[in-house]
Amino acid sequence: MDWSWIPGNGAQIWQLTYENAYLGIIPALIGLVISIPLGILAARWRWFYPPVLAVVNVIYAIPALALFIALIPTFGLTDTNVIVALTLYSMCVITPNVVAGLRAVPASVRQAATAMGYGTLRRLLAVELPLAVPVIIAGLRVAVVSAISLASVGQLIGVSQLGYLFIDGEQRAFPTEVYVGLVLVIALAIACDLVLVGIRRALTPWAVRS
Amino acid sequence: MSFFSWAWDWITQARNWHGSDSIPQQIVAHLGYSALPLVIAAVIAVPLGVALGHRSSGATGRGATAIVNLANASRAIPTLGLLVLLVVVLGFSPLTWLLPLVVLAIPPILVNAYEGVAGVDRDVRDAARGAGMTTWQQIVRVEVPIALPLILVGLRTAAIFVVATATIAAYIGLGGLGRFIIDGLASSQYGPVAGGALLVVILAVLVLLLFAVLSRLLVPAGLRRQERSE
Amino acid sequence: MRTRSRATWGLAAVALAAVATVSACSSSSSSSSSASGSSGSNPLSSGASGGSVVIGSANFPEDELLAEVYALALQGKGVKVTTKLNIGAREVYYPQIKNGTLSIVPEYNGELLTTSVDPSSAAKTTAAVNAALAAKLPSTLEVLNPAPAIDSDSVTVTQATATKYHLKSIADLAPVAKNMTFGGPPEFKTRIDGLNGLTKNYGVTFKAFDPLDESGPITLSALTSGKVQAADVFTTTPQIISDHLVPLTDPKSNFAAQNVIPLVYKPKMNATIISTLNAVSAKITTQALLQMDNAVITQHANYSTVAAGFLQAEGLK
Repeated sequence: MDWSWIPGNGAQIWQLTYENAYLGIIPALIGLVISIPLGILAARWRWFYPPVLAVVNVIYAIPALALFIALIPTFGLTDTNVIVALTLYSMCVITPNVVAGLRAVPASVRQAATAMGYGTLRRLLAVELPLAVPVIIAGLRVAVVSAISLASVGQLIGVSQLGYLFIDGEQRAFPTEVYVGLVLVIALAIACDLVLVGIRRALTPWAVRS
Repeated sequence: MSFFSWAWDWITQARNWHGSDSIPQQIVAHLGYSALPLVIAAVIAVPLGVALGHRSSGATGRGATAIVNLANASRAIPTLGLLVLLVVVLGFSPLTWLLPLVVLAIPPILVNAYEGVAGVDRDVRDAARGAGMTTWQQIVRVEVPIALPLILVGLRTAAIFVVATATIAAYIGLGGLGRFIIDGLASSQYGPVAGGALLVVILAVLVLLLFAVLSRLLVPAGLRRQERSE
Repeated sequence: MRTRSRATWGLAAVALAAVATVSACSSSSSSSSSASGSSGSNPLSSGASGGSVVIGSANFPEDELLAEVYALALQGKGVKVTTKLNIGAREVYYPQIKNGTLSIVPEYNGELLTTSVDPSSAAKTTAAVNAALAAKLPSTLEVLNPAPAIDSDSVTVTQATATKYHLKSIADLAPVAKNMTFGGPPEFKTRIDGLNGLTKNYGVTFKAFDPLDESGPITLSALTSGKVQAADVFTTTPQIISDHLVPLTDPKSNFAAQNVIPLVYKPKMNATIISTLNAVSAKITTQALLQMDNAVITQHANYSTVAAGFLQAEGLK
């Protein structure tokens, strides 16, 4: 383990970490934006959910490298390619959670809201979604962590982030580079995970803390 | 839909089904690269998850949070990175491709086994204890059967992860369906790239169907009915 | 209820932030990311009088090194440079330079010719290959002056194997190849100067082919451990010396001349860029290349540092 390599390459390491964060967080957020309406529809119309789930399972089974390659004709060897692919995966993870979260709202609560005069939309926004927030954020956590980790495969189509350290470390038989890359990817993912846990706590003040 | 036409043209070419490195060979290799890590992960994670779930105080206690956090953290490990690290440190050894895939498969199995057993109704657990069952009997005759649907979900999820990720074994020169993807990419032949990917997806769908059948066979009808109504 | 709707607003805020970030990022960010210490500037801005280019590289350290050398030299002359390194094999990045996404890629004239430009070409010497390239490259592309440095594919064996079968040239493999496994980059299987070329030119047909990597640790360990008995080891790979490997001679020129040569996208070129690249190429000798490879591969030195050192030593900085 060559510790001196780290300060000697600080700028590059920082650049790659920033890229990895970008390529991991953006797709998860876009996935969230798409999954919420999609999940609301799937929770509302029972017939809609099974086909959505089937599509989601199939997409999630596509190996990341294959998906990046399938997108090359449309998006080339760019960040956009990786972002689109990771957004699709994020949707696969978050949508079922949106549905599960909404469906877990007890019927009695929904009825109480209706009895208090809440219209469907207001009930959705003021009661059902807030109660579903913990489950949705659980899905978002998985999406962000997976995206940050999967982005490393993007190096195989030339989109550089911390995965570059794996590939270059392998090509030069240089374990230090690989260790640094691994530690940073894991640390970045866990940091984002903790931030989301904090956001969940902030958004659900009524939840009991153990 | 040129992705599909590339894939279809390549898959339906007879010569890809014969000789060395043929489609059937790589499918078998791929299944091998997938099945072994899955079995190892199941042998480790199912008993562990069941034991931890049995000792827990319910599906939303602190133990549950810890396990979920651990599973999330392990999802952060980039499989490609781990694979490369093992190549650089270990060279060619079965452990090089086994370890990353086992690490990938354990979290879903562990979390679901834990949640399955921990989520068994308090009353049911008390009844079992009250009826004089030993710990072993409680677990094997009551808790695991009730937890079985979730345990199977965990195994199914892990199986799909592993089948999809086993493609990167080709990056270090091994076989499996990833071979078609990597080789095709290196020589700009999109037929094997699309075809290989399509075969992986088909394999994953077959795994889903397999687990649906398993679930039908293993899970008592009463539990299945209860699951559907929830 | 204020507290419960806080959650919805919170969720909406996160979602809005996502949309805002995405639209902001997509309008201002460059789509090529810089994997090196050199500047990650927007290739679309043409503010600098020196022009702006995107330099790509193939997926092995030497090409990345050459890309850095050219990149630093150009930056020293006021050109805006973005690098996109370690993209993939030629078959992956060649379409990208053809359409102008990349402006410069350090190439090897022989391989470029036979894999992407004119697979049926019989040109073998540097002059013939360059002439064929000039004639057959698409109109948007051209190659500049070749460097003296040569890094060729090869058929390489271990010292032990060479001694055992009395191997000096590839032709000597003809009687024994059928018991051997050959290892090389995946594309070697289908390239015209790959397995087919060896059979055609030397009657050498191997028992099996193991797809490995671009003359990297996987190939080298497969060769030294005996997993494969012969392998495609690029001739400036430092481990040839340290592991006492024996690249067999190629008297029939199965592998054409492989000079380092910049492949460029013409619309992005100007006089400064061209003259700088040519000046640098003129100083890249095989010996210099081997030394630089040794520094980055064996000693794990930083690509930019080694490149800068070379340019400094040659008075090109």
